[in-house]
Amino acid sequence: MAFRHTLSGTAYVFDDIATLLARATPFRSGDALAGLAAGSAAERVAAQMALADLPLTTILDNPVIPYETDEVTRLIQDSHDQAAFAPIASLTVGALREFLLMADSAALTALRPGLTPEIVAAVSKIMRLQDLIAVAAKCRVVTRFRNTIGLPGRLSVRLQPNHPTDDPLGVAASTLDGLLLGAGDAVIGVNPATDNVDATCTLLTMLDAVRERYAIPTQTCVLAHVTTTLRAIERGAPVDLVFQSIAGTQAANDSFGVSLALLREARDAALSLRRGTIGDNAMYFETGQGSALSANAHHGVDQQTVEARAYAVARAFAPLLVNTVVGFIGPEYLYDGKQIARAGLEDHFCGKLLGLPMGVDVCYTNHAEADQDDMDSLLTLLGAAGVTYIMGVPGADDIMLSYQSTSFHDALYLRDLMRLRPAPEFEAWLNRMGIDSAAGQFPPTLSPALIGLG
Amino acid sequence: MTNAVSMLRRFTAARVALGRAGNGLPTQAHLAFQAAHAAARDAVHAPLDTAALQAAFSAIGIDSVVTHSLAPDRRTYLLRPDLGRRLRDSDRDALPSGLGEVVFVVCDGLSAVAVQRHAAPLIAAMARSAAPVVIAEQGRVALGDDIGAAMGAAAVAVLIGERPGLTAADSMGVYLTWHPAIGRTDAERNCISNIRPEGLPIAAAAAKLTWLITAMQHMRLTGVALKDEQDSTPAQSALLN
Repeated sequence: MAFRHTLSGTAYVFDDIATLLARATPFRSGDALAGLAAGSAAERVAAQMALADLPLTTILDNPVIPYETDEVTRLIQDSHDQAAFAPIASLTVGALREFLLMADSAALTALRPGLTPEIVAAVSKIMRLQDLIAVAAKCRVVTRFRNTIGLPGRLSVRLQPNHPTDDPLGVAASTLDGLLLGAGDAVIGVNPATDNVDATCTLLTMLDAVRERYAIPTQTCVLAHVTTTLRAIERGAPVDLVFQSIAGTQAANDSFGVSLALLREARDAALSLRRGTIGDNAMYFETGQGSALSANAHHGVDQQTVEARAYAVARAFAPLLVNTVVGFIGPEYLYDGKQIARAGLEDHFCGKLLGLPMGVDVCYTNHAEADQDDMDSLLTLLGAAGVTYIMGVPGADDIMLSYQSTSFHDALYLRDLMRLRPAPEFEAWLNRMGIDSAAGQFPPTLSPALIGLG
Repeated sequence: MTNAVSMLRRFTAARVALGRAGNGLPTQAHLAFQAAHAAARDAVHAPLDTAALQAAFSAIGIDSVVTHSLAPDRRTYLLRPDLGRRLRDSDRDALPSGLGEVVFVVCDGLSAVAVQRHAAPLIAAMARSAAPVVIAEQGRVALGDDIGAAMGAAAVAVLIGERPGLTAADSMGVYLTWHPAIGRTDAERNCISNIRPEGLPIAAAAAKLTWLITAMQHMRLTGVALKDEQDSTPAQSALLN
């Protein structure tokens, strides 16, 4: 099925929906690397115009990756809810954009099961940043494990206390720094330097002891591969959340060593531990544009559409947290601060619209054309868009993964500027503990000696 | 026992206990970060001084030859990984062949500074090969496959500048590949990373590489099947690989 559009006397032809979506995508280096980007600015707008005229039913009826060969497509098609889709069933992509801009929060919530990743990716391609922010800000997604994430007027922070050799004392020191600065209500989550069961169990035990010692109403996580975490559960390690990086095609997930069946098994194992006190959202997923192309598993689909498909995988497992690691992958996928900012807001919009508790790792590597000013811009825009959580890394410098994310200070800035508060249970804990981050001293309740730092 | 926040610095090199000015960083901490980022950025964009590198090899009695990938400049290199993995045709034709079991390739990678400082000392600490060291500009790890195949090498060791972090801008990695050929995957290589004086020092890196080469020659392969028994398996990044 080919699509045509004539702009200023030039006729453009797009062979299929995947091509149309790719050509309509605002420019980014990864689509150029894949040979999928529009050849000119005019071709891009022509594609956007053709996309705006496309009926949503045409997208539903023509999966970008075949049903027969991809379990993510099967998940998307089989879980699509026709009743929820009914209010928009007669619309085009262009009309959906206007519908979303006019809809209230309740309508957006009701619409979720009727939306597919390809539909939300399509509409995002004809939206400006302002549109992406305005619609995302109306989405309400609330999840629970030991506290409540995503309430209106709240901003949570993942405390990310990574250490290059997984030294438990080093991780504990960064954790205390973050707690003192009000971070950690989304999760206290460590990326292990070494993905093995022993190291993972050591960190899990330490983090759980810290949480128990200070009675923090939050959850902990070691972001090891799901198979490592399953083995840690078998060994009796205190696993709150099961983490996994996921992508939007079966082949890309294969390259990550995961499948839907494995994720199902992992969620069942986490739930069997019954560690959530007020809810059972027990999964934590990370994603990022470009990962499928990086694994040569994108099937000719543009990187933003593939990314949105990863959210279909995520939402099948009722996660507590999902975040895109938007600037981590490097300049061959997102070249500079402008591309990173657009991608971060697209990912947040698509995730929220599909019903995910969407956070963003606002970040960059040193070979990208980006710096702290770019991060401040995206951070502030995401605050306006109602981002569920951001990362908190000591001084924004992750000394294990060698990239720059947001800092505990950045989170304080955003909360103060936008009048946002931590998760209610965590906020009450901060008050109860007498934590005053402006002081140069730990309060006695948060004494480092209590966890063996002295 | 102390409750002063500054005590945290004893336990980690992370930027803890920075203090606050309002919600922002104190000026000194803010500018210290900017300085570290500037060093990393400059390292990414610094050109490889091939003449100086050749002189360094010459001084220890090692011949070298300078080559270039298909990526003409740094911007293209960053945007087109595929071009950084292939050698210019004219350079391929000029390479000697049939010399030596293990060919050493020195690539700028993402930090020319790293190989400028550490490549010659590391190779000097290794057993001598008859083949010249191949210096490659705008090169990625897999460029070694193209070079090694052209030279008919049994194996190739690519010394390459790693992506600079804020902690270090001069970290070097080594990738060892048995029977180099275009299309080899990273799963078919063994890697030693973080080579620099404050990380894995040259002498320790040379010992590790010597161990790997010996094991490789014994098993006639590299990659996941060749376990580095001196170390645990490096983590797949828990983020995106």
